[in-house]
Amino acid sequence: MSDHNNDSENVVSLSHLDLETPEKPYLDSNELIINMGPQHPATHGVLRVILKLDGEKVLGTECVIGYLHRGVEKIAENRTYTMFNPYVDRMDYVAAVSNGLGYCEAVEKLLNVEAPARAKYIRVILTELNRIASHQLWLGTHALDIGAMTPLFYTFRDREEILKIFEKYCGARLTTHAFRIGGCQYETYAGFEKDVKNFLTFVKPKIDEYEALLTTNRIWLERTKNVGVISGADCIALGVTGPVLRASGVKWDLRKAQPYAAYSEFDFEIPTGENGDTYDRYMVRMIEMRQSLRIIEQAVNGIPEGPIMGKVPKVIKPPVGEIYHSIEAPKGELGYFIVSDGSTQPYRIRVRPPSFVNLQALDIMVRGMLVADVVAVIGTLDIVLGEVDR
Amino acid sequence: MPWISPMVEKYKSQYGSGLDAQTYLGQNYFSVDHSLIPNILRLLRDDQQFDYCVDITAVHYPKREKQFDVVWILYSFPRNERVRVKTQIADGASIPSSVSIWPTANWLEREVYDMFGIQFEGHPDLKRILLPDGWKGYPLRKDYGILQQDQEWVQINLGIESGQ
Repeated sequence: MSDHNNDSENVVSLSHLDLETPEKPYLDSNELIINMGPQHPATHGVLRVILKLDGEKVLGTECVIGYLHRGVEKIAENRTYTMFNPYVDRMDYVAAVSNGLGYCEAVEKLLNVEAPARAKYIRVILTELNRIASHQLWLGTHALDIGAMTPLFYTFRDREEILKIFEKYCGARLTTHAFRIGGCQYETYAGFEKDVKNFLTFVKPKIDEYEALLTTNRIWLERTKNVGVISGADCIALGVTGPVLRASGVKWDLRKAQPYAAYSEFDFEIPTGENGDTYDRYMVRMIEMRQSLRIIEQAVNGIPEGPIMGKVPKVIKPPVGEIYHSIEAPKGELGYFIVSDGSTQPYRIRVRPPSFVNLQALDIMVRGMLVADVVAVIGTLDIVLGEVDR
Repeated sequence: MPWISPMVEKYKSQYGSGLDAQTYLGQNYFSVDHSLIPNILRLLRDDQQFDYCVDITAVHYPKREKQFDVVWILYSFPRNERVRVKTQIADGASIPSSVSIWPTANWLEREVYDMFGIQFEGHPDLKRILLPDGWKGYPLRKDYGILQQDQEWVQINLGIESGQ
């Protein structure tokens, strides 16, 4: 990392490219401004990155986002609390269950109700399955970007098993709308626990397979070691959360720091990295998948009997007030700030998206690196443009 | 419900009526006069270890004299504690930027500007972030209809009569 240091008052500053240079009729012969995207296979959606290059070296970047903006927060103000529930699935569409969990828990907090224990366990099982699915999709596409094609086929093959469980549980594979405010809509289907246990025994050796392909692969090591390094202090200053923060050595996970759902009842570790490079982020996510398996195993073995829906009024009308609630989504801290004016419709819902905030770190992570590393860093940040643009 | 803690007592004696501290559903927040921004934010980071700015957002109340609530959601890693800071500002008034306190405020403030039209003084590059640069209007204001669009922009840039 070249041009930022940690000791000054201003820890990091982002670059703002001077794109219009009318006083200079010719570009400096070495400097070149090019667009990467908005339609580019490695940007994982419609992300446009303006790169300022000196040969192959990146001098600065600027992200242009908003191509997928659908005005989710405006829609929320025009729907009831119940009607808005399916919309949140469309933000981070590869981790729809996590979005739903965060939203339902936020509204429950505002209503001052709690989901029953059984509903909480079902929520944990599905959310952790979704975390694995999200990490699998990340691994497949990230490896493909860097040039390894096989992991993509492996991860998509195995992710399918998770989607099958979702489909059997609630009828949808991706935009699941699995939870309701106050608990769960659906009781587990007959054979749910057996399916989940089968999945656990099925996927454990598969994760070893991914690791066999990549962890000691020389090409993988050279493309990821010391690429896109970010320090823990810079992560905190830039609000970066999730596996990216943990790979930089900060042991922080909302499931432990401020437990929600039933997470306080399970035993699991928070993996951390040391160097904050792309390889550490890869290792952190691999260990997280195994830890998720541990959580699911404990949850499915200890799932209590009882109701799945709490005492929630038919018409949801939270009292006047506001609440902020956040969960550890696969990408980082996903928060909902809800303002209620006492009516059936939220007065304002603000979504704090992890992808949006994490993407901000791209600039300082790639400065001084090569163009090919930009591709690796976009992959390792694990952004979903549906959530960046909302 | 009033929020009572040594930190609150200290700031109340320092700032008097410019600062109020409440707690609702177990979540604490300060309501401060807009003249205290950004001093109070800097104090919270430097003296109280609120090192992580989770989010910056705004809420529009068109019937109020000071139409906007600007909200900072802060978190402290050492204390494992959250706090919110709220202030009210009028339409057209500007508020000091907190980019120099938390670099993450850069994009968050740009989004607030994009959606509400609130100016952040001292922001290094305040421009729209999610909507196109030439767009007119601020969609998250209450007087902006859900079907409303910048027709002129749509016609010129997309070459279609209407985006609806």
